[in-house]
Amino acid sequence: MKLQEYQAKQVLRDMGIPVPNGEVTGTPHGARAIAERLSKPVVVVKAQVQMGGRGKAGGIKLAKSPEEAETVAGEILGKRLISPQNPDGMVADKVLVEEGISIDQEYYLGITVDRDTQRNVLMISRQGGMDIEEVAAKDPDAIATLPVDPLLGLTDYKARETLYDAGFDHALTNKLVPFVKGLYRAYLTVDANLAEINPCVLTAEGGIIAADAKINIDDNALYRQKRLASMQEENAEDPIEAEAMKRGIAYVRLGGNVGILGNGAGLVMCTVDEVARAGGKPANFLDVGGGAKADQVRNAVEIVMMDPNVKGLLFNIFGGITRGDEVAKGILEALQSMNIQVPIVVRLAGTRSEEGLKLLEGTPLIPVGSMQEAARKIVELCA
Amino acid sequence: MAILIDNQSKVLVQGITGSEGKFHTQQMIAYGTRVVGGVTPGKGGSEVEGVPVFDTVRQAVEQTQANVSCIFVPAPFAADAILEAADAGIALIVCITEGIPIQDMVRVNEYVANLPNTRLIGPNCPGLTTPGQCKVGIMPGDLFQPGEVGIVSRSGTLTYEIVNELSKVGLGQSSCVGIGGDPIIGTTFIDVIPMFEADPQTKVVVLSGEIGGSDEENAAEYIKTMTKPVIGFISGRTAPPGKRMGHAGAIISGGKGSPQSKVDALTAAGVPIADTPADIPALVQRALSL
Repeated sequence: MKLQEYQAKQVLRDMGIPVPNGEVTGTPHGARAIAERLSKPVVVVKAQVQMGGRGKAGGIKLAKSPEEAETVAGEILGKRLISPQNPDGMVADKVLVEEGISIDQEYYLGITVDRDTQRNVLMISRQGGMDIEEVAAKDPDAIATLPVDPLLGLTDYKARETLYDAGFDHALTNKLVPFVKGLYRAYLTVDANLAEINPCVLTAEGGIIAADAKINIDDNALYRQKRLASMQEENAEDPIEAEAMKRGIAYVRLGGNVGILGNGAGLVMCTVDEVARAGGKPANFLDVGGGAKADQVRNAVEIVMMDPNVKGLLFNIFGGITRGDEVAKGILEALQSMNIQVPIVVRLAGTRSEEGLKLLEGTPLIPVGSMQEAARKIVELCA
Repeated sequence: MAILIDNQSKVLVQGITGSEGKFHTQQMIAYGTRVVGGVTPGKGGSEVEGVPVFDTVRQAVEQTQANVSCIFVPAPFAADAILEAADAGIALIVCITEGIPIQDMVRVNEYVANLPNTRLIGPNCPGLTTPGQCKVGIMPGDLFQPGEVGIVSRSGTLTYEIVNELSKVGLGQSSCVGIGGDPIIGTTFIDVIPMFEADPQTKVVVLSGEIGGSDEENAAEYIKTMTKPVIGFISGRTAPPGKRMGHAGAIISGGKGSPQSKVDALTAAGVPIADTPADIPALVQRALSL
């Protein structure tokens, strides 16, 4: 779950990390009221959407008066914001109105789970304000990293070492140590798998402040992060993915016309590859999960068929502990209660798959024994 | 021979009284696995499938000398279950549970990795099988045949697919290890492949990887030094970057973990890459005949 900027900043504020004063609102009028309360010469109005290139898309605007804050909020709210990173765009239903800050320097502070070291890795760079992956690609030495020992936690001396590695001087290092430790504490407290402050700003007055913040919460930990879970307002980039997320189904939209369902992430990924190799365009990735009971299948098919581009369905089920004939029965039962107008190819393999395939004979479903043949068949039917 | 488990392994099931634990205990026993005990706090003294249930892993180990544990404990309690098994001296901990909070796993994995005589496999994995001797986890036993092919894979059902293809043409397996697709896992390719290299029964190794991370690239470095042939397969080759494909680990970010970098690294290590699982048996046969 991705927190909105204003939510992430609240998490940081709770840990004692300075963030700009501000409030969130859903109306232009509300923006004006907040600007009046802040009573600063300049306020920033920021669209609350989780997208890259938000500023370039016109989602961040300055205002020099409460009236102007109302005007620019009206320009942002409800409008589709389009950036190179998000060609389909996103719509903000909330804006964050904050006091303007005078920027001297912009730094990057981040922490995320790293597969290679099997630890949380702290990343610090003096080149903040832009895409850290771009910095990493162009000038990897500009980012100092520290795999944090999870049993010891982030010690002062390790935080200092990493800040010195990043090229900060004594004064800034001393100022940033509590900031970095606060970020690590916030990251663990909310069960995040990513937390970034970018930019972390050195103001003209010499203060340090988190001008933007991004925190992703580990979905597996939402059961014990109830307060944050209840704040979920992810504006998913895709409405079908959003619905699938609600139903707890692993679904990824891929943009083609061949609907793909299977059991097990690895096998489904492999099926997507097979369809592409056969010259087809996969519409989606969908993992039905273990077994294939009728209600599971129905739920999954409903999600795939929400995509109007889908011209055919490919089921790829490997019968393991769940036997092939049970899987076939589940699919038949699910489809009986649905009105599916597109061709459906079912590939069954594994335990009792032959019995399963036999059950499908004489039905509108097209039974197939191998993955390649199934991919060829469905691609032909969707052409 | 074989690796990690055999007919001498004494297996404990943590979470044995839950529906998954119960079902797979029965499946493991039916396969011939020596399931010597189960653990569910508060259910000590009862029996499941004729197996004695204990309140703690320590008691279970004292009474049964179990050396392998298979964990089906629900996600909120699974990290604690791993630590309990480790502290009771279990040498091989196989965690099937999926959905464990990642920060729990970061801590537990570090702790277990620091213990010299303890190995964790998983979490979120199908377990492992030594055909004809022992299976620990949820792999469908019927698919396997004893033989000379060692298999290590990040995925569950895709592994079954590969085993099925091999067994169909009479290519049996020495051991098959499902390491799981999560970002934080106890055992990776680089841990398992040297075991196959050292195992006299294994003549060829199949590595089934997927996009995300750089475990395949790391494995490729070791494979260059091996005497035994390795066959590779990578799934997710057409996945768009930045999209998470079900497995939490299967994501390409910032060019890292791309299928091409894996294919290139393995190819440079002399590993033939199968385009599809159905091509694996032919590549295995060719490697065996050389």
